[in-house]
Amino acid sequence: MTRERRQSPSTWRFYLVIVALCSFLALLVGRVLSLQILNTERGRQFLQEQGAMRSVRIAEIPAYRGVIADRRGEPLAVSTPVVSIWANPAKLRKSTRLPELAQALNMPLAELRDKLERYADRQFMYLQRHRVPAEAREILERRFQGVYGEREYRRFYPAGEVAAQLVGFTNLDDRGIAGVELAYNDWLQGVPGKKKYIKDLHGEMVRDIGVLQPARPGKDLTLSIDLRLQYLQHRELQRAVTASGAASGTVVTLDAHTAEVLAMVNYPVYNPNSRKGMSSDSMRNRAITDYYEPGSTVKTLTLVAALESGRYSTQTIIDTSPGYVRVGPKMYPDPRNYGEITVSRVIEKSSQVGVTKMALDLGHEPIWEVFQRFGIGQPPGTGFPGESAGRLPNRPRWYATDKVSLAFGYGIGATPLQLASAYSVFANGGVWQPVSLLALEGEKPRGKRVVSPAIAARVLEVLHAVTGEHGTAGRARVPGYPVGGKTGTVRKMNPDGGYFDDRYIALFAGVAPSDRPRVVTVVVINDPKGKAYSGGAVAAPVFSAVTKGALRLLNVPPTQMPAVAAAPGAGAGAPG
Amino acid sequence: MGDYVRQMPHQGSQDLARPPSAAMRFHIDVPLLLLLLALTGYGLFVLYSASGQSMPAVVRQGRFFLVAYVVMILGAQISLQRFMRWAPWLYVAGTGTLVAVILVGVGAKGAQRWLEIGGFRFQPSEIMKLVVPMAVAWFLAERILPPRFLAIVTALGLIGLPAVLILAQPDLGTALLIAASGLFVLFMAGISWRYISGAALLAAASAWPVWVFVLKDYQKQRIVTMLDPQSDKLGAGWNIIQSKTAIGSGGWQGKGWMKGTQSQLDFLPESHTDFIIAVLAEEHGMRGVLILMSLYLLILLRGFWIGIGAQTSFGRMMAGSLTLTFFVYIFVNMGMVAGLLPVVGVPLPLVSAGGTSVVTLMAGFGLLMAISTEQRMVAR
Repeated sequence: MTRERRQSPSTWRFYLVIVALCSFLALLVGRVLSLQILNTERGRQFLQEQGAMRSVRIAEIPAYRGVIADRRGEPLAVSTPVVSIWANPAKLRKSTRLPELAQALNMPLAELRDKLERYADRQFMYLQRHRVPAEAREILERRFQGVYGEREYRRFYPAGEVAAQLVGFTNLDDRGIAGVELAYNDWLQGVPGKKKYIKDLHGEMVRDIGVLQPARPGKDLTLSIDLRLQYLQHRELQRAVTASGAASGTVVTLDAHTAEVLAMVNYPVYNPNSRKGMSSDSMRNRAITDYYEPGSTVKTLTLVAALESGRYSTQTIIDTSPGYVRVGPKMYPDPRNYGEITVSRVIEKSSQVGVTKMALDLGHEPIWEVFQRFGIGQPPGTGFPGESAGRLPNRPRWYATDKVSLAFGYGIGATPLQLASAYSVFANGGVWQPVSLLALEGEKPRGKRVVSPAIAARVLEVLHAVTGEHGTAGRARVPGYPVGGKTGTVRKMNPDGGYFDDRYIALFAGVAPSDRPRVVTVVVINDPKGKAYSGGAVAAPVFSAVTKGALRLLNVPPTQMPAVAAAPGAGAGAPG
Repeated sequence: MGDYVRQMPHQGSQDLARPPSAAMRFHIDVPLLLLLLALTGYGLFVLYSASGQSMPAVVRQGRFFLVAYVVMILGAQISLQRFMRWAPWLYVAGTGTLVAVILVGVGAKGAQRWLEIGGFRFQPSEIMKLVVPMAVAWFLAERILPPRFLAIVTALGLIGLPAVLILAQPDLGTALLIAASGLFVLFMAGISWRYISGAALLAAASAWPVWVFVLKDYQKQRIVTMLDPQSDKLGAGWNIIQSKTAIGSGGWQGKGWMKGTQSQLDFLPESHTDFIIAVLAEEHGMRGVLILMSLYLLILLRGFWIGIGAQTSFGRMMAGSLTLTFFVYIFVNMGMVAGLLPVVGVPLPLVSAGGTSVVTLMAGFGLLMAISTEQRMVAR
């Protein structure tokens, strides 16, 4: 049939087409095979990695910052989780819900618009840092376009202003920027972890895949301070500074044997939680950063130089009449003519004439050398930011007035902590221990013998006598315990040169109990206004109050029932 | 009777007396219908994931399928003779609308492709995908086969006129598809290999002039991008790089339904339309691709089987052309997604989201069923 013949080449053509088409399909399958299964150069593995590269991202998990606690474990700085709200300005700008968002953030709409405009070309800006998680969740749940939450930690300081200057604080990014928070930032900070997540083309986080590296929390830090004592000192110092109308004040207490700082308070203060009242005045940890001319408090060091010279004992008689002494152009008077008195009584009365005579006799070198041995002019090594080394200048030429003023603590500088550290040598039998802001674990570090035990014991006796009936520091006494210490009343330096006539710094450095020392305390009241301005009148009562509390807190049994001193040593009994 | 035995070898002679089955009464080719149902079902399954788990998108597409199946079944009811009689008029009307598109059409993205009549928009070039091969088949079926030179030239004219009109819209992809569907008819008509090889030589020789004079810059760019997608990573190369990445990262098993990162996270553009195969490859892996390819292959084989068994030259040429066009869709789309062909807007037939192409394709399958019915009627 013609029709059959006409169709036959066409049928053959169909089969040809089928074969051609199958080979084309095979080509496609082969192509897919090479992409999906075979591991060619730009094949499966490459493409799978490419796929992951597009969508898999690694984010930081914030690390929990270590807790700062006092020596008994009371928290001084703790981290609490908070949520910071941030936005992608490029996306948020297009949102029509800005008024609603502004209201939710409790932020004026204009301010929000302003901020968006300012960061228009960025991908990130904070809207609000550190919201309480529950509040932040409320905002985030309303799903504003381009608004996200980020988990962070915020620092909270339970002790508030009481330990503010010592503990310091962190900035918004959880980094320490002041105090111990700064000094031990690396220790406290920890290492942020890493987590893997999947994001889409628009950068939205779609799903967590898992934690690559858990956040390593920061290590805790135990300070040497006892918060109870810190509270007590804060209260006493605040009272004293306010009552005397002083500009500022500092109290620092060391453990007599380990030189751990048991308390360190300053006034004025600020609240580290709200940062209210924060100024350079209230922020400084004056105990470590500020040095003062120590004045008469270092007469004990001059005494050490005198005793070490072998030419003096505490009972050596010095003639202080006629109640003043002239050195070069200057005259140094005593309040009255003490006549012939023992070396011990010279310290008890803080006699300028007596000390001047000893200094002129000894020369400045041994005195300067003792000061240096006791740490004046050398950094105490606490690692605290802004730690001051004080001042102990070695002059190219020593005039007679320089030599004399060195002996009673002018022309040099010591921080309250340095002064406390120097006094701890007497309390610790002549051995100097490095001061520590951290609670010591196990063995205390090896100390350094600075002075013989015999001389240390002599000085303690004299210090005790200072608080006796003839001394300048009767108000430093603590009922039930023998104490010892030395007052200091220093004329304030005038920034324009010279000294003010009527502005003072009142100091007291003391040891308690003086027969078996446990604590060393230094009190500095800066610029007390009013009639009472001397160390004995302003600083000594603070010493008495805080030492009373400290000894009770340390469970030191009282050894004297009557408050009258049963003076060991020579001073108290000797007639004036 | 030889054909009859081959087609239903298991049936006894008593069946001749039996009334025709429902499928036969409604002119349905059951294997083709089942294959199409499987394909469209799988398509919806993939679409749900590719559209970002959007049920509305699936329902929309399902509605398109419903319309398309209705069109297919309606088309299957029309006898081939009627199609033949309509062919020249449809051609004239279709070409007329193409002219109208150029004169008063509406468009988008710099191309005029639509006609708007009473708020209803339609794309005449879509209908021409069926009308052009039908007209060519009608023209050749009236003449001696294989066609002579003059008939071939006339047929080429029939193909060329609408192709040029569509090219002017401009819509290169559709113009090429329509030209191809007409040329397939010529090929199935059995034109001499001399002409075919001559045309192939001519095409090869004109490649350079076409590149220089005809192709627009953006078209050239697409070809360059196909050869080296990295040359324009963020622009034209983006689609290809993303789709290749999606396919490659699927592996044998795939990442799991709705778990493809490329597709679910918006890296893959056009994931539910032209690039849906990349979603399938990423989420269902090589296995999914093979299942889809098998379905396509079976549909193609069924189409050719209908063509081989067709009783008239018109049916034969139409079946061949429709099936080949269907294949071209598959090949162009998958070739594009796999980075073998330049990026042209050709959807994956019956899987990509979209209405027009689905309806046109199903109308084509309706025609195939009509051809298959004629064959069985004649056999009967």
